[in-house]
Amino acid sequence: MTPALAQALVEPWWISVIKAFVIANLVLGTFAYLTVVERKLLGRMHLRYGPNRVGPFGLLQPIADLMKLLRKASFFPKGAVTMLYILAPILAAFTAISAFAVIPFGPGWEIGGYYVAGQIVDVSIALLLILALSAVGIYAFVVGGWASDSKYSLLGSMRTCAQLVSYEVSFGLAVLGVVIMAGSLRLTEIVAAQQEQIWFVVPQLVGFLCFFVAGVAETNRAPFDLPEAEQELVAGYHTEYGGIRWGMFQMSEYINMLTFSALGVTLFFGGWSGPILPAPIWFLLKLGALIFVFMWLRATLPRLRYDQLMKFGWKVLLPVATLNAIATAVLVTIF
Amino acid sequence: MAIAPARDPLTNRPRIYEGSRIPERVPTILEVDPVLREEGDILEINFGPNHPSTHGVLRLIIQLNGERVVGLEAVIGYLHTGFEKNMEAKTYWKAITYAPRMDYVAYQANEYVFVAAIEKLLQMEIPPKATWMRTLMLELNRLHSHLVWLGTGALELGAVSMFWYCFRERDAILDLFEMVGGARMHTRYFQAGGLAEDIPIGFYEECQRFCDTMPARIDEYEGMLDGQAIFLERTKGVGLLSAADAVALGQSGPVLRASGVDWDIRRSEPYLAYDDVDFDVPVEADGDVYARYRVRMREMRESVRIVQQCLDGMPEGPWIADERKVVLPPRHELHTSMESLIHHFKLVTEGYRVPEGEVYVPIESPRGELGCYLVSDGGPRPWRVRFRTPSYVVLQAAPTAMSNALIADLIAIVASLDNVMGEADR
Repeated sequence: MTPALAQALVEPWWISVIKAFVIANLVLGTFAYLTVVERKLLGRMHLRYGPNRVGPFGLLQPIADLMKLLRKASFFPKGAVTMLYILAPILAAFTAISAFAVIPFGPGWEIGGYYVAGQIVDVSIALLLILALSAVGIYAFVVGGWASDSKYSLLGSMRTCAQLVSYEVSFGLAVLGVVIMAGSLRLTEIVAAQQEQIWFVVPQLVGFLCFFVAGVAETNRAPFDLPEAEQELVAGYHTEYGGIRWGMFQMSEYINMLTFSALGVTLFFGGWSGPILPAPIWFLLKLGALIFVFMWLRATLPRLRYDQLMKFGWKVLLPVATLNAIATAVLVTIF
Repeated sequence: MAIAPARDPLTNRPRIYEGSRIPERVPTILEVDPVLREEGDILEINFGPNHPSTHGVLRLIIQLNGERVVGLEAVIGYLHTGFEKNMEAKTYWKAITYAPRMDYVAYQANEYVFVAAIEKLLQMEIPPKATWMRTLMLELNRLHSHLVWLGTGALELGAVSMFWYCFRERDAILDLFEMVGGARMHTRYFQAGGLAEDIPIGFYEECQRFCDTMPARIDEYEGMLDGQAIFLERTKGVGLLSAADAVALGQSGPVLRASGVDWDIRRSEPYLAYDDVDFDVPVEADGDVYARYRVRMREMRESVRIVQQCLDGMPEGPWIADERKVVLPPRHELHTSMESLIHHFKLVTEGYRVPEGEVYVPIESPRGELGCYLVSDGGPRPWRVRFRTPSYVVLQAAPTAMSNALIADLIAIVASLDNVMGEADR
């Protein structure tokens, strides 16, 4: 579908609302099963089975987990700053889910005479919005750890501050190359540009690698999981969280991983486009492949040390990402 | 107080330094600069006894300046069980079961050292088959201990998978233990005079199968860790302990050998069949966490070699000495021989009497010099039992190795010292 046609068919507001509801739930469902997939996959890599007791093949595991988390006694430390302590996980979960609103997963369809776009909202600054939301999400980790009045949490928060803020910069610079090539911050147009030219992973390979490394750090996943390094800080910023509040932090981590992978697919792997199969299926396949790499990393790599992480972020990743953006800008201007 | 180790100009990593950085008073406490404390920059954290990576119940009170450890105090005793005192209240052959429970990872070594002390007091001759089988079991146990160390040590650096791979091989070793002793841990397979039972049918084949697969597995582990930049970054130049410091702090075993001191009791004071088997003592010179890792990895290969030689050279013959005053008579004799019945009754009710005297028997356990000091007053119970445990001694080196480390280094260093708190606290 051409952008002109899409422009002509304006989506009624109530379709957006329905879509938002459906997609939010889809994301939550995907998150729930992502935990099972991850545990099963890690299990296989670890020479064990992973969850296989609850329901057939352990498929009801997330429901059991959710019930367990909901029914847990909700306590919090005496010295905690109550409001911030309660708000932090909510903020984390909210920013994580809402970032998904701008991810396109299809070209848009005509259903029953109405036009249904392939994303909830198609804003012109979609990429900036995602970056901004993830930046707001950092507050949840920082504030949550600080507000829970525990030394381990405080250390976790400190690490979060340093790590996420410094990798945010590289993250932004890494996607700049794509923005320059597509000439837009609108994710739908970036996908369209890749359909015309080529998957941006080919010309922007360096950019993609920077993006991926920064993304792993942004989502607190191994080997950059310092803010919650279990062997060092017990559980980092969420040491004092239990029950569903802990669950929300966990949820935000997984959904961030999901959002980030979806963004990677959109920016570098042609988004939903692909032959024969319908668009959402292609989108899911690519998403799955990226997420698999995340899990694979977790099973393989040891954790970096704090100073090494900072050194890598500022002395390697940032210069490379900057050079990549500059080189792209120069080349795009010349040709 | 501390001499900063010289840095390599190329890699900017600390190099192993010459001499000692221990002041006159050997520190078991790393003290904070009072200026820092006045400025309010110090965050005091209670690290353990309940913490994911303190190897049981080691409690460290650490003072942090940012992420840097500037003060450290080790608190031990949470696993104090009074093993030594309990053993004094039991007859010798019952006390043997206590020894392996101190170090629940290298249990056969603890078991052997106590049995060896009894045998030395009794001046017993052990049949060669028992000697060789003990050597084999001790080396399997060394492999077991190092596998547990490698798995948990890598886990503490965040390499979760290594834990499962190591425990796969550990399980194979436990299967072998189960085959000979009936129990997977704390087998009580050694006893004064030899072994508790004959080597079971099929053991040689199983053990051979294990020896055939193990070297390839060690290659696998090394492939996963040695080829990994993050692992090397995390371990090289961290937790430095110079040869002089290591000796001054009474270190032994892999920690000492990783600091460049070529010392192994198996070779310098051979016991069991170590004189007859061919093995190398791995020594590394760097004195850091990586060197300790290298020493243990190479030791694992040597252990497989020794096990293989024990399998090939296992002599035939009796598995226990024919010493009726100490060893239970064969079961079938009880129905026909009055003498045997009396011996059996006396041994089970009263136990055997050990001549008056005192001995100290050191062996090379997977963690270092494990010694048993045993005093007998001539009765059926030990008058005093005391163990020199490497896990306890190695904690002495913790403040020296950890000065100015980051929290993440602290974890890596604790792991590399490989202390078992059950043995340290006893």
